[in-house]
Amino acid sequence: MKLRSMNWMLTAVAIVIVVAAAGTGCKKKVSNSFPASDAVAGWQKTSDTRTFAAKDLWQYIDGDAEQYISAGVVTTFTSDYKYQSKLEAVVDVYTMGDANGARKILEKGLTPDAKTVQLGDAGVAYTQSIVFRKGPQLVRIVAYESTPDTPQALLALAHGVESKL
Amino acid sequence: MKSRRDFLKTAATGAVLLGSQGKLGFAGILDKHADAAKSKVVVARDAALHGTDGVLDGKRVQALLDRAIATYTGREKPVEAWKRIVPTDKVIGLKVNGLGGKGISTHLALVLAICERLQQAGVKPGNIVVWDRNARDLQACGLTINTDRSRVRCYGSDVSGFEEQQESWGAARVRLSKILTRECDMVINLPILKDHSGAGVTFSMKNMFGVINNPGDLHPTGCNPGVADLNCIPVIREKVRFTIGDAMTSVYDGGPGFHPERLWQPNALIVGEDRVAVDHTAWQMLDRKRVEVGIPTLEAAGRLPRYIATAADQAHKLGVNDPQQIHLMEV
Repeated sequence: MKLRSMNWMLTAVAIVIVVAAAGTGCKKKVSNSFPASDAVAGWQKTSDTRTFAAKDLWQYIDGDAEQYISAGVVTTFTSDYKYQSKLEAVVDVYTMGDANGARKILEKGLTPDAKTVQLGDAGVAYTQSIVFRKGPQLVRIVAYESTPDTPQALLALAHGVESKL
Repeated sequence: MKSRRDFLKTAATGAVLLGSQGKLGFAGILDKHADAAKSKVVVARDAALHGTDGVLDGKRVQALLDRAIATYTGREKPVEAWKRIVPTDKVIGLKVNGLGGKGISTHLALVLAICERLQQAGVKPGNIVVWDRNARDLQACGLTINTDRSRVRCYGSDVSGFEEQQESWGAARVRLSKILTRECDMVINLPILKDHSGAGVTFSMKNMFGVINNPGDLHPTGCNPGVADLNCIPVIREKVRFTIGDAMTSVYDGGPGFHPERLWQPNALIVGEDRVAVDHTAWQMLDRKRVEVGIPTLEAAGRLPRYIATAADQAHKLGVNDPQQIHLMEV
């Protein structure tokens, strides 16, 4: 009897470990989708990656959090970048519950000046920002300055992120 | 339209009527004007505030601030004007807003201009505290953290912490930043004008979400009545008495985050002590821009900033939102 209950306990512990490992693995994979410095030519990663659970997203984006939460955001990752030591940018990766959530956010934010770009499942570019989705991930990259190099530099960084998703 | 000289004359007449000290030791200008039945709001503009490179001109920001404050107080000389606004022997907080990140935060040039004038008016550098939620938000404004009392201080509620005791008013049940409760005698509110996906517009009153531990709890139903209730908490109502709103750069849609594709430069400061009137004025400015670019007004978009009317109602009495009761001075 004791042996049987011990087996059950071991099995339960093993399941917990496997589930936890799977969860960690998933998070780790997304948080690792941020290119390291110089992985994309000219781009330096200038901050640690910060992580926000859905319930804490307001700490990062205040009222914007509501639309992401209603679209099913699970976790948000963000990191700062700098291009050629001048152009500053931020990369946000939102992991939604499913691809529909990512689609909903992307489509809601579209404006007439959006240009379609070949990134992930769908993507758009503006002068100073790029937004694309790939499966349940929504990626938003924003530069703080508009220079002649900005669009191409952002596109290169976006491809770097996409390749790691 | 009245000339600036006329405005100054009117304001100066009001200034003569002032005199009395508020219960927090205010310099006396607050709440009493020549046209005492109306709330005064100054909108000061400079179309050349941003250079051709898109960068703010610090000197022009200083001049714009001086013009706004001179118009508001009726005092041409900045030092005299500031003495009408702040008690120079008290600790003055400057509550900025850096939540939107580098692209859409209270501008450093404005903070520096105010710090300069406060010191010229006699406020000791260590008695000026520039603050926000945390170091990251302050750095987004271009500020450097400093807790040394021999200089202008700059730190966030992540350093001071929040009061253990909960304060409540209506739906607001919050713990307040100790910077507000223990450090500052008076706070000048320095919000930045932004569209807000929930509230419609974020400016003066909404900036108080950055002084509490749980702003997420006040966001439901378009932040209404959350914003109004929060501003009724006595410490906020009494200490945060003056707004110098940064409308030099704004985001007219998609806010409150930084959306460069929807950025706009109103090149303006919106100044006043009636936080409701200031927010009403800011909302109108934002809506005019939305109409100009061909997108629906906030009301048509289903995001009417209802908290402004709530703040003006008989239960809250935080100020006025009726244009007939607002003495708008555009210079």
